[in-house]
Amino acid sequence: MKKSYKIEVDCANCANLMEETAKKTKGVKNAVVNFMMQKMDVEFFDNTDEASVMKEVLKNCKKVEEDCEIYI
Amino acid sequence: MNKKQKKTLIKIIIASILLIGLYFIPIKGMIRFFAYMIPYYIIGNDIIKKAYKGIINLKPFDESLLMAVATLGAIILAIYNEAHGQAGDYVEAIAVMLFYQIGEFFQSIAVAKSRKNIAELMDIRPDYANIEINGQIQKINPDEVKIGDVIIVTAGEKVPLDGIIIEGSSSLNTSALTGESIPRAVNVNDEIISGSINLNGLLKVKVTKSFGDSTVSKVLELVENASSKKSKSENFITKFARVYTPFVVFSALALAIFPPVIRVLFLDMPAQWSIWIYRALTFLVISCPCALVVSIPLTFFAGIGGASRAGILIKGSNYLETLSKVKTIVFDKTGTLTKGIFEVNAIHHNKIEEEKLIEYAALAESASTHPIAVSLKKAYNKKLDLSRVKDIQEISGNGIIAQIDGSEVIAGNEKIMEKYGIEPIKCHSMGTIIHVAINKDYMGHIVISDVIKPESESAIEELKKSGIKNLIMLTGDLKNVAQEVAQKLKIEKFYAELLPNDKLKKVEEIINNKNITAFAGDGINDAPVLSRADIGIAMGAMGSDAAIEAADVVLMDDNPLKIASAIKISKKCLNIVKQNILFALGVKFICLILGAIGIANMWAAVFADVGVMIICILNSFRALFTKNL
Repeated sequence: MKKSYKIEVDCANCANLMEETAKKTKGVKNAVVNFMMQKMDVEFFDNTDEASVMKEVLKNCKKVEEDCEIYI
Repeated sequence: MNKKQKKTLIKIIIASILLIGLYFIPIKGMIRFFAYMIPYYIIGNDIIKKAYKGIINLKPFDESLLMAVATLGAIILAIYNEAHGQAGDYVEAIAVMLFYQIGEFFQSIAVAKSRKNIAELMDIRPDYANIEINGQIQKINPDEVKIGDVIIVTAGEKVPLDGIIIEGSSSLNTSALTGESIPRAVNVNDEIISGSINLNGLLKVKVTKSFGDSTVSKVLELVENASSKKSKSENFITKFARVYTPFVVFSALALAIFPPVIRVLFLDMPAQWSIWIYRALTFLVISCPCALVVSIPLTFFAGIGGASRAGILIKGSNYLETLSKVKTIVFDKTGTLTKGIFEVNAIHHNKIEEEKLIEYAALAESASTHPIAVSLKKAYNKKLDLSRVKDIQEISGNGIIAQIDGSEVIAGNEKIMEKYGIEPIKCHSMGTIIHVAINKDYMGHIVISDVIKPESESAIEELKKSGIKNLIMLTGDLKNVAQEVAQKLKIEKFYAELLPNDKLKKVEEIINNKNITAFAGDGINDAPVLSRADIGIAMGAMGSDAAIEAADVVLMDDNPLKIASAIKISKKCLNIVKQNILFALGVKFICLILGAIGIANMWAAVFADVGVMIICILNSFRALFTKNL
């Protein structure tokens, strides 16, 4: 299952950090942050609740970059 | 500018004014310290807040934290100096914070702006479709239009969905999709693609594809996703960024501790802690890899955007990078270098007027739908009076005998001529030869062959100029046909009489030579080869989904010159990437060295950080300009 989310992040390095963080979040198979298009493509493992996984992703991302936003 | 950017700008202005003002006010001691802390707080409070969060979240290499440590350290050193009777330099810490903020501000504006610019360039997305409901024209969302619906496109509007014209004629501007500036004339029954702009007439169009499947959606999706596929350079920079910051921080720590300790213990000299700590703090200012991390994807993004404007769709930054390293290009002949359409190319040894000869041949072949017959009719280009033709007799595979205007006309190959005792004059040209005889009297022959595209020759020349060493042509055609085309185009190597499977094997052989190999084809039945090559370039792929799927680079029209343009764009883009990497790293390392030996101060360090970033971002913009390469 793949989904695309609109994000807001100011600096490119922070975007990389967000990508790393999202990848490490449980339930996420793979994540790619496209800084230029300001979007995050997330691939979930099967049988995961996307909404709750994304909440966790957002929480973790806020830890590495306070100013970021993911529009879930 | 968004809210956050405005807020930052106001902070920058206030802090700058205060800083300049304080320079002229003669205050001393504690009052001076507190006075200077006002602009520091204004410009730096959010960074210090972030730094605090960085500590809580155990992110020791957070750039805000490093900035905060560097500037607070500088302030403490200034207080220490003050306590020892020297005038403390608070300005430096504030200036570093100020320039850092200016850099961040500029980066955020530049990135947002370039993003917007490129997005606008690529914005060929139609907003609405006109549809007639109960005799009234209504604007609806293109998403809601179904296949088979009739839409109306008035002059000046974008064609919202792919379809076939059922009423009206016009010329279309397809430059947003193909980069081709000459308008294309369209009439009833012509297929038109979404994203092109109707220049004059009113068109009624029967929709053949839903919005999600239409050309415009496909193109946009492709380009938008392209920057998600990261190139080797980007991956290198990401990895580099991960080690660079810790490396600089630990070097700073080492610089603050070891030299003073060594001086005291072994050299019997004063430790000079404040000097070495200052130098270490300088290191921290240069510790952010931002210039690289932002400018490299920006360059690729601009390159892909610029290429798409020229009608060249590159499906990922990685492909753009590989494209720049291509050493071998393998071409499919038919449809790529030649038009793939048979045309009357020459008429030889004719005893009657050329036009007459074609007229007789076309009349004789009038009942046939064979490509040869079609090209003869096309060459005649007038309406055929079929009542003149009687008793058409097809001699299978060899030709036709017919009664035209009461005379017996034989049109066909050498065999049929010889069969009827007519001596044909042999032809040395390549292609299919149609001999014509009237009442057993030889009248001459017509040469029908595939035509080389007018741009092919200059395309090959341009490719050679841009350093492509090996050019190879593959074809299923006969050897002598291939040889003639290869000679005309000055292609040194060719392989003829290949079946589709052989083409794949040949390309695999060529790839084994370890050169990066591109394959350019028209996407018809060479999809496996397109995906097997290091870079598959599909030509004129509008409408051919299989080719778009299999290729890495898609040319919107079938002009072979675009292959050369694509290579040039990729080379320019990769040059900019290299310049940025070398420049940013070069300046940073020089600053680190100069900082360690005490020549570069914090001012130089902040330039190494912010100035380099700004220059790199500006440089990356150049990738957007793809004309006149």
